[in-house]
Amino acid sequence: MATALKLDRIDCFYGDVQILRGLSLELYEGEVHCLLGRNGAGKTTALKAVMGILPVRAGSILKGEMALSRLAAHEVPKAGVAYVPQGRRLFAELTVAENLEIGLMARNKGEATREHVLSLFPILRERLRQRSGTLSGGEQQMLAMARALCLEPDVLLLDEPTEGLMPSMIARIRETVSALREHGVSTILVEQRVDAVLPVADRVSFIENGQNRETVDVARLREDPEMVHRYVGVG
Amino acid sequence: MTNVKSLWLHAAVILLLFALNFLLPEYHRGIFSRVMVLAVFAMGYNLAFGYTGLLSLGHAMFFAAGLYGAGLTIYHLGWSVWPALGAGLLAGTLLALVVGFLALRTTGVAFMIVTLMFAQVFYLTTLYFTTYTRGEEGLVLPQAMRSLALPGASFSLTDPATRYMAALALLTIVLGLVLILVRSPYGRALIAIRENEERMRMLGYDVFANKLASVVISGLICAAAGAAYAVLFGYVGSGFASIQYSILPLLWVLLGGAATTLGPLIGTLFMFYIIDTASDYTTAYLLVVGLALILLILYFPKGIAGTVRERWLPWLP
Repeated sequence: MATALKLDRIDCFYGDVQILRGLSLELYEGEVHCLLGRNGAGKTTALKAVMGILPVRAGSILKGEMALSRLAAHEVPKAGVAYVPQGRRLFAELTVAENLEIGLMARNKGEATREHVLSLFPILRERLRQRSGTLSGGEQQMLAMARALCLEPDVLLLDEPTEGLMPSMIARIRETVSALREHGVSTILVEQRVDAVLPVADRVSFIENGQNRETVDVARLREDPEMVHRYVGVG
Repeated sequence: MTNVKSLWLHAAVILLLFALNFLLPEYHRGIFSRVMVLAVFAMGYNLAFGYTGLLSLGHAMFFAAGLYGAGLTIYHLGWSVWPALGAGLLAGTLLALVVGFLALRTTGVAFMIVTLMFAQVFYLTTLYFTTYTRGEEGLVLPQAMRSLALPGASFSLTDPATRYMAALALLTIVLGLVLILVRSPYGRALIAIRENEERMRMLGYDVFANKLASVVISGLICAAAGAAYAVLFGYVGSGFASIQYSILPLLWVLLGGAATTLGPLIGTLFMFYIIDTASDYTTAYLLVVGLALILLILYFPKGIAGTVRERWLPWLP
C-alpha cells in the first residue's frame, strides 16, 4: 500500500522536556489511522510536529518526497495537510460563511470546493450568516472540519473530534470521516475513546511515552480487547 | 443588503460633514477640520489595533513621519504641496515597513514596548536635529507655500472653507479605502489573525507577511494624516512625535469602537468636544473628561460604534 505520510523516528520537545522519543508512524493512502494512548502520551504532540508547530529535533516527516519537517508551519497546509485541533478553535467573531472563506482563500479554492464541503455538512448551509461563536458544540466541530476541508487536503489530522459531543453528532462525524476515505483522503485520528474509533478506523497505533508501541489492524483489536486495556488503561 | 445599508450610512456621514461646512460657525468648522484629519490618523491606527490586534504604542512616529516628510520639504526645499504630500506618504510608509519588519518579531507586551522604543527614538531624533526641525518650538510653514494646485485652479489651504473641504476629501478617501479593505477577504483574514494567529498559520497563511502589510497600510494612512496636518495647519513640531500622540489614537479608537469603520471618527470628535466644553467651565476639565470616560466605559464597553453594533446594528462594519 502506498504511503501518504511517514513519521520516521522523530524527537520533539516542549522546552527541555522531551515528549516524542523516536516516534515512527506510517499512514497509508486512503486509510483512517487512529492514535490511542493515555493523556500526555504524545498523540497531540505528534500532530503538532507534522504541522510544524513544534520543531522536530531529530528524525523526519515525509509526505511523498517532501520533507514536511523542513517547511515553515504556514507552508505545511499548502502541501495538502489539514489539521483540526482539539477544541475547534474557530474564528468566533466571523460568520460560518466567513470561516469557510478563510479556508478557501488559503489555497485559492473556489465555489466548487465550497459546495462539496457544504454537501458533507448540510447543516452549515442553514447557518452561513450566523456568527460561528454562537453555534452548538457539534456544529462548531463540523465547521472546524469543513474549514479544514476547504484546503482540499489529501492528509487530514483530527484531534479528538468527538470530545464533548452528543451521540448523534459523534455518528455524524464518523460518517464524514468514512465519506472522506471514499474520496481518497488519508486521516490520522487522535482519540481517547476506543468505542469512537472502532467503527471508523482501519488501523490503530498505541502511543506511550512518546513512542509508537504497536500498530495493529482494527480487526485484531476486536479479537484482543486486552490490548486496549494494556496501553490505554480502559476497555 | 447589509453592504447597501452600510454604504448608505457612510455616504450619509460624508454628506452630513459636507453640509456642516456651510452650517457651522467659524470656530467649530476649525475644530471639525482638525478632527477629520486626526480621525484619519485614528483610522490608520484602528487598522493595526482594532482589526489586526496589534497594540502599538508607537504610531505617533508614522504620523510625525508624514508631518515632517511634508513639512521639511516645503520649509527647507521649497517643494509645493503635492510633492511634499508624496514625500510625507513615502516617509511614513518606509518607516512602517522597517519598524514593522523588526517589531513584528515580537508579540503582546513586547510588541508594545518595541514600538514605543522606536517612537521614542524618532521623537528624540526630531529633538536632536534642531537645526532642521527646531524641536519643540517647531516650524511654521509660510502661508504662500500652502496652496493646492488642481487642474485649472489653485486653492489656498489657509482659507478655512478650503481647509475643511480638503480635510473632508482626505477623510472620504481613507474611509472608503478602509471600508473596502475591511470588507475584502484580506480584511477578514486580518480579523481572523487577531482572533487566532496560530490557527491561521495552520490554515496556511503567512501571518507575518499579513501583519506586516497591515502595519504598512496603517503607517501609510497615519502618514497621510500627518502630511495633511502639516499642509493644512502649517505647523510641524516635535510634540506630534511624542508618546502623547501614540496614546491619543488608542484612546480615540477605544472610545469610538475598535474594529469599526466609523468608530475612530466618533471617538476623536467626542474627545475633542468633551475637552473643549469642559475646559470652558473649569480648569480641572480633565476630571470631567475622566468622569465622562468612566460613564462611557460602563454603558458602552466596546466603544460607541462597537456597542451600537453589538446591541442594535449588527451589520455595522
